[in-house]
Amino acid sequence: MANNEWPLWEVFIRSKQGLSHKHVGSLRAADAEMAVENARDVYTRRSEGISIWVVESNNVHASHPTEADSLFEPAHSKVYRHPTFYDVPDGIEHM
Amino acid sequence: MNTLFEYLVRLGDDSLILGHRLSEWCGHGPILEEDIAMTNIALDLVGQATSILKYAGEVEGKGRSEDDIAFLRYEREYKNALLVEQPNDDFGVTMMRQFLFDAFRKPLFEQLTQSSDEQLAAIAEKSLKETKYHLKHSAEWVIRLGDGTDESHDRVQSALNDLWRYTDELFFTDEVDADLEAKGIIFSSEELKASWSEMVKNVLNQATLTIPDNGWQHDGGRRGLHSEHLGYILAELQYMQRAYPGMEW
Repeated sequence: MANNEWPLWEVFIRSKQGLSHKHVGSLRAADAEMAVENARDVYTRRSEGISIWVVESNNVHASHPTEADSLFEPAHSKVYRHPTFYDVPDGIEHM
Repeated sequence: MNTLFEYLVRLGDDSLILGHRLSEWCGHGPILEEDIAMTNIALDLVGQATSILKYAGEVEGKGRSEDDIAFLRYEREYKNALLVEQPNDDFGVTMMRQFLFDAFRKPLFEQLTQSSDEQLAAIAEKSLKETKYHLKHSAEWVIRLGDGTDESHDRVQSALNDLWRYTDELFFTDEVDADLEAKGIIFSSEELKASWSEMVKNVLNQATLTIPDNGWQHDGGRRGLHSEHLGYILAELQYMQRAYPGMEW
């Protein structure tokens, strides 16, 4: 049976307030059309979204956890990359 | 006879009984995703039954609530079409039953959005959105199964052969319909059947399925004469209200 399983899909939902689609989970479906419908049924039952993306999980390429040190640690010591060294002029609102 | 009440009960009972039938799949779906999909559709249908039967109670004017009507009638007082009380059997049968029904409900609700009865038009407007999705879902499954493997094709063809004899009843009309049509509350059943036939032929064609020769067609549901299956449904549906009258949660 394991060999006959439908492909896995990753589901991304854009909420009413959100500008970008966010990963919410995964599901199985025979093709893209079924994946969108299943995503609607499984992940938007409580009005979570106004738009759905699905991507076959095979097509997602990820960074490797064992490389985390070399990939991400070097950024930790570079606080100057954050825009925190500017004085905000008086009178600027909503910052 | 209060024709509007009678019509609303027919309309509401279709939703109620099919909603109950579909809910029997809860926890038994072929995959988790489809289990949730069928439960969602069941909930839509029960929601439709709630608003339609509530309105029926108001129209009747005897102080009956939607729960009184849904749970406390006898079998002969249920007016659903025989199609919706047929057993789930396998997934192919369930989807074929759903498709034949959805293909009828979508043009029906489209018509009813134009009803001279504002409350009915509003219910139709809301239900139409749900029904469009139900139809998309069931039609796609009928095509997948029909045009799938030899086994899925044979099973769904046999479902079609078995269920076809309950389809004419969807377009049953009597003095109730004639009266309401004259008042502009409902519309032509012939037009409805034409839309249904076109949709059904189109989808079954894509599904490589063959429509059975028009033979014997059942009816009786609209007059309260049911198959043996309804009694079992009502036993389960009514148990709580019969055992604990007035119970709420």
